Formats: sequence, structure tokens, C-alpha cells
Amino acid sequence: MALVLQNRGHNVCHPMSWLRSERARNNLIAYLFISPWLLGFFVFTLWPFLQSIYLSFTRYNIVSPAKWVGFANYKMLLTKDELFYKSALVTIKYACISVPCAIAIGVGLAMLLNANVKGIAVFRTIFYLPSIVPTVATSALFIWILNPNIGLVNRALMLAGVKGPAWLNTAPWAFYSFVFMSLWGVGGSMVIYLAGLKDIPLHLYEAATLDGASPFNKMRHVTLPMMTPVIFFNLIMGIIGAFQTFTEAFVMTPGGGPQDSTYFYSLYLYNRAWKYLDMGYASAMAWVLFLVIVVLTAIVFRSQKKWVHYGG
Amino acid sequence: MTSNSGPKLSRQAKVGIYLALVLLSIPAILPLLWMVSTSLKTNEQIFAGGDLTVTSLFPKPLHAQNYPDAINNMPFLLYLRNTLLLCMFGIIGTVCSSAIVAYAFAKIKFDGKSLLFGLMIATMALPGQVTMIPIFGLFRALGWYGTYLPLIVPAFTGSAYFIFLLTQFFKTLPDEMAEACRVDGASEWRIFTQIVIPLSKPALATCALFKFIGTWNDFLGPLIYVNDPAKYTLAYGLQQFVSHYGGYYSQLMAASTIFTLPIIILFFFGQKTFIQGIATTGGK
Repeated sequence: MALVLQNRGHNVCHPMSWLRSERARNNLIAYLFISPWLLGFFVFTLWPFLQSIYLSFTRYNIVSPAKWVGFANYKMLLTKDELFYKSALVTIKYACISVPCAIAIGVGLAMLLNANVKGIAVFRTIFYLPSIVPTVATSALFIWILNPNIGLVNRALMLAGVKGPAWLNTAPWAFYSFVFMSLWGVGGSMVIYLAGLKDIPLHLYEAATLDGASPFNKMRHVTLPMMTPVIFFNLIMGIIGAFQTFTEAFVMTPGGGPQDSTYFYSLYLYNRAWKYLDMGYASAMAWVLFLVIVVLTAIVFRSQKKWVHYGG
Repeated sequence: MTSNSGPKLSRQAKVGIYLALVLLSIPAILPLLWMVSTSLKTNEQIFAGGDLTVTSLFPKPLHAQNYPDAINNMPFLLYLRNTLLLCMFGIIGTVCSSAIVAYAFAKIKFDGKSLLFGLMIATMALPGQVTMIPIFGLFRALGWYGTYLPLIVPAFTGSAYFIFLLTQFFKTLPDEMAEACRVDGASEWRIFTQIVIPLSKPALATCALFKFIGTWNDFLGPLIYVNDPAKYTLAYGLQQFVSHYGGYYSQLMAASTIFTLPIIILFFFGQKTFIQGIATTGGK
């Protein structure tokens, strides 16, 4: 160690102090560079994060100071609040249906779009476009095309001789309207799958061909395993996103829809906080949401050993 | 894009793929065409209903009056100005600060780097619902409620998503040039502004583009912090339009069309920037 340091020429006398000052200088400069983020982290993430734990144990209406109530909010939430369970169930059901469907459709579309045929760029654009339409505009558009009598969807169904449901105005269908709407925007994740497909080395397919694999077997044993890291990424992001569904619910069914069937958790949380100024209760709801997301994400992370293939 | 365009296909397979693509395109694109078509119809044409035919997609005569009507009713131009103002400050704030922070994460060795970087990634998974109430309380205590400050100031502390994106990009830039400059006594700030920034224009453009779209679409922010109708943004204004004039489908669709159009135009001009940005975040 000493020998090495002595070889550094002019620092022979105080090798360690030279190192230390160089390191200190780097640290100082680096922390100056990251200071905007550090500041934001403390002010807009860490402090509010801790503060919201505290608030979840208080009665707080923003205007007057928070009053400590112990576990009262959580007790009420878990034992007396039907709407809490209802909205949690709506949201869980939504995540359980829309996320896997979005993955299946997204991967399927990406595989089609990866085909070596002319004009594929046009189709790629067509499937991608819906995903960049702003959520408020998509919501307005879906209110219109799901109009029971003169909307596009029911008029199209009429062509096939089917009398369409009243969509947003009737219980199970209002919920499925949201699922369909989310699937319409599947283009965003489709692009990620497409990039994943392009990254699969060609030699894997060549080897499979030499082994006499059929196209189906190639998909089953080459394409899908190689896609699992990207699917894993989208699964995590999809779950986190689905649990926070708010804007479309607020625009399309601000009152929670028929029989509260589209009363999404975040919509209820928003109403608790801003409509009833019940901020302590809403903080408790936010913490329950956070813990559910953490647990689900942890489960998905632990499951990856079983199905996610990191080899390519 | 050239790496792997899939295996060679037989003629039958190609026909099958085309057929599937065309069929699946219909539900993808028809709602958008319907939006534009509705925006050019009169109320009589809209409420006539009836069988869906190809001609019902192309209104005759075109009723363009919905556009000026919607623009005046919203009022669109005021909301546009507000939205663009927020976009401008948001982009300047978030791109500058994210780039500065990302430079340190990508190019400087310092104590606690991997811990802080991990922490930053973790914040991306934190649902906004958890922090939104204390932050609201903070801004209210500062007297910022009802101003744009709560929507602008946080942008200047960088965004974890863009810091991550830019860090990954800066890492791909060769270190030799920076090392040479350090030997010549250039400061990190000079290396950052004169070497790294000029080489990173595509990545910075991706961030600016995404921030623009994020701000353009943002609904919850204005919903919580804006209380004066003169300060509404387009997204918020359109939601208000839905809740007050939801039945005026022609004007609603005209408003939705002009609200969506800038995003679609941006997409067509910046297609590469778009796709690469999305692919980088997803893939690595």
C-alpha cells in the first residue's frame, strides 16, 4: 500500500492527506451537483412521507391544527367504513383484470408488429396513438362513444345485431368501461415490448431453427422467456399505476358510478381529503394504499426467481 | 431498429398478419376518427343516431363552427396560455436540475452515491397520494395556494424519472474527454456545460418532450392548487367542460380534438425521441 502511494511522485510526504482532500473535494462538488434533488427529496418526499404517518393518527382539516386521535382513523377505516372496502375492491378487481389483459394484448401486438412485412410503421403508429391522448380527452371521448343510444360502440354492436348495454350508467358495465379504456391505451407498454423483442439475439432463433423448432415452439421457448424481464417491468409499473387510477374516474364518474361500482380508491381518498376536508382520515387511507402496493410489489419481486429469465 | 426484424415469413403468414393488424387497427383508430368526425357535425347529425355507416364517419356538410364555439365557451386561449406558461417553467426547471443532478450520479465518484441513487429510484414507486396532503399543507402555509408556485417550484428540484434517464445516458458518454479536461484543470461545472450538455441534446430533448406532455396532461395538480377559473389549465378546463356541458358532444369533441392535436403533432415530429425515451426506461 505504502509503496504504491509513494510512487505517486509529489505526494510522497502526505499520501493519505492528499487522498483525503481529493476525495473531500469530489464529495463537496458532487453534493453541490445533487443538491437540487436532495433538497426536493427532503422537502417534497421524506418530510411529507413522515408527516403523513403522523397525520394518519390525527383529525386534521388543514385549517386548524391536527388533533391526535390514536388509531381512530384506522379503526374506523377497517371496521365501519363500507365505502373503503367497496373502493378497495373496485381497485383490486381493476388491477387484477386490466394489468394481465394489458400485458397479454401488449405482448401480442408487439409480436405482430415485429413481423418483417411492408407498411408495419403505419400500424405501429396506429396502435401507439391512443396511448398519447391526454387522459382527460380520452375520458371525454369515452363518455361520448359509450353513450347508450347514439354512441359509437353501441351503434357498432347494433350492426352485429347486439343491443349494447348502457355502459357508464349500469353496474357491471361501468366498471368494464374503465377496463376497456385502459386497454385502448396499451400502446405505451407495447412500444417497450417491441424494443424488448428487437433486443432478442437472432442467433437464438437460428439455433432453434437448426433444432427443428416450429414457429410456435420458438415463441414458447425463445421469445417469451427472453421477454420476461420486460414483462416483469411492465407488471410492476402496471400494478402501481392501476392502484392509483384517478383522473379517468374523476372525469367519467365523479360520484363513483352506478352503485359505487367505479368508485376507485384514489377517487374516494380525494373526496375524503378535499370534499370533506377529512385529511387525517385520507392520510390513513393513503398509508393503507402504500402498504398494499409495497406488499404486492414485494410479492411480485420475490416471484421473479420462478419466472423471470435474466440470461440474454 | 435494424437489429432483429423477426424471422422470414411465408406468404400465408404475411397475409394472416396483415389481416390481424387491419382488424385490430379498427378499435384502436376508430374512436379517434370518431372524435374528429363528431367535432364536425351539427347536433341534428349527432342525435340522428341510426345505423352506423361509412358515411356517418364523414359528415356532410362539415360543421366547423363547433371549433370557434368551443374555443369561446371554454375559454380555450386563456387556458392555453396558462398551460404553456406552466409547461415552459416546468421544462426549464426540471430539465436543468435533472441534468445537473444526473451529471454527478454518472460522472463523479462520491461517498454514498449508490445509496442515494437507489433512494432516488425508490421514490419513483412512492404513490403521490401519500405525500400530497402534507405537501398541500406546506404550500398552503406558505401562502402559495391558488398560485402556480406549487405546480412550478417542485420542478426545480429535478424529477427522479428524468434524473434516471439522463444518468443512464451520461454514462454512455466516453470518460476520456472529461478526464483530459480535468487534467487541464477544468472544473466539473465546465465539463458539464461545455462537453456533456452539447453531447446530450437528444436525451435532453426526450426529457423536455416528456415534461411538456406530463404538464399538458396534468389534471390532479391544477385540480388541487388552482381555485380561480382564470388560472385553469386546458386539462382542468376540459374536465370542467365535461361536467358543465357534457351533453354538447360536438363542442366537447372539438375541444378534445384541439386539446389532443398538439400532442399528436409533437409525436409525429419527434417520433424517434419519443420511442427511444420510452424504450430506454423500460428496457434497462
